[in-house]
Amino acid sequence: MLRPDFTVPVVQMHMREGAEPARYTYAGEVFRRQEQDPDRSSEYLQVGYEVFDRTDPAGADAEVFALIALQLRGLPLRAATGDIGILMAAVEGLNTTTKRKSALMRHIWRPRRFRSLLDRYAGRSTIPESRLKLLSSEGVLTGSATVLGKRSEAEINARVDLLRADAAAPPIAENEILALEALMAVRETVPFALEQMRDIAVDLPAITPALDRLDARVAALKSRGVDIDTLDFEASYGRTSMEYYDGFVFGFYAEARPDLPPIASGGRYDALTRQLGQGAEIPAVGGVLRPDLMLMLEEGQS
Amino acid sequence: MSLKLGVPSKGRLMEKTFDWFARRGVTLARTGSEREYAGAIEGVEGMELVLLSAGEIPRELAAGRIHLGVTGTDLVQEKLPLWEQQLQELEPLGFGHADLILAVPQCWIDVDTLDDLDAVAASFRLQHGHRLRIATKYHRLVREFLTEAGVADYQLVDSQGATEGTVKNETAEMVADITSTGETLRANHLKLLSDGLVLQSQATLWRSRTAQYSSEERAALKALTGLIDG
Repeated sequence: MLRPDFTVPVVQMHMREGAEPARYTYAGEVFRRQEQDPDRSSEYLQVGYEVFDRTDPAGADAEVFALIALQLRGLPLRAATGDIGILMAAVEGLNTTTKRKSALMRHIWRPRRFRSLLDRYAGRSTIPESRLKLLSSEGVLTGSATVLGKRSEAEINARVDLLRADAAAPPIAENEILALEALMAVRETVPFALEQMRDIAVDLPAITPALDRLDARVAALKSRGVDIDTLDFEASYGRTSMEYYDGFVFGFYAEARPDLPPIASGGRYDALTRQLGQGAEIPAVGGVLRPDLMLMLEEGQS
Repeated sequence: MSLKLGVPSKGRLMEKTFDWFARRGVTLARTGSEREYAGAIEGVEGMELVLLSAGEIPRELAAGRIHLGVTGTDLVQEKLPLWEQQLQELEPLGFGHADLILAVPQCWIDVDTLDDLDAVAASFRLQHGHRLRIATKYHRLVREFLTEAGVADYQLVDSQGATEGTVKNETAEMVADITSTGETLRANHLKLLSDGLVLQSQATLWRSRTAQYSSEERAALKALTGLIDG
């Protein structure tokens, strides 16, 4: 298989034989299938930096961001930042069933599906006729249809039970839904974003620890000389494109070239190390650069 | 050089295309034997008929080796990324209708919408240790459709024919295929998802944006479009 990025293999290597703490840097080709736009390269160079360190997550976030920003100095780029961890904490803190929360959690990275789930759990969407019919029935349904395929009758009946249980659960409260929607819409410079989210935390107290972590990160960024007052923060940033990140996320974009992918991007991926570590885990954060695009922008400037 | 028109080389699609042009005063005909893939055009000066497999017409248009071509919307959108940049749709021909749809086993009484499909795909993966498999030959179209709808935890498996049979054979859990009446689906104990219409396709006349046009070829194109629009 051709590697789509280095993060997964670096995590695997680290979990297998790495010392702690560890800092890795690398450069090499990665491969992407470009179905939508054949003008984007399917093979390109990536330079990356990954930090595995338990002691100071906020400091490690700031270290990676500042180091990447340093490499990009002088290029006409805009930095975008976000924090998937805040959204995840908001979902985790909703007063509703575990099933609903895990369905929402699974779709944090797919805004459209997230939206339709949220509407359903809020009792805002109309229930299709077919579903009402199914829910009005009782007991095990022995339909007339021939059972075929690998998905068994037991699985089908289990889901029907789930649907009945979900229909009986009360909708998520209006104030929680509104707070979650307000949270997803936050898009400000860092100090204002923090202020808005502290307000939202009145209705979603579960996000407070995540906001404290953001506070600590902001302090660490400041001490590394990052200008916090002009740095953008979007609560929904990274939701469509950065599936394994679960905390701090960032990207650098060429403002004059919206056709280009991000020139650099990165974030925190603690959960990925849990998934690949078979029981072991370590907080991890990293970022990558696209030297080919940097060179192109540099040449365009001169 | 003459303006090259690519037409499917056999079957009902070819006959209906010939009829469609005939009604507009343009006669297409095979030349030579039944086996020879060349033809003649009468009614417009400076045109040449090229008989091709319907599946190759999108690629030939995109490469600019033919100027005009008749083939289905489904094939164009499946085979050509950013097809709008390479092709211009001149005229839907009103036949060769087919829908690209998503279908699941009828026994899945709990599945009617993409919402359901997505939920089932997640639990299927947990239960069986692999993603829910969708058999199709329309990889690009189906992937784009499901990505847009936010459905996850599925994988596409390639099926170039007898796609509806893959569920019974347990090489796929569901299918994405072309249907015109739905009879094959019912015969194979499958049902449509109510919001699973991926694309409505029909035979269409396309113009290549990438081909070179000489002044004679331009004149022929103008004459032809005059007949079509009139």
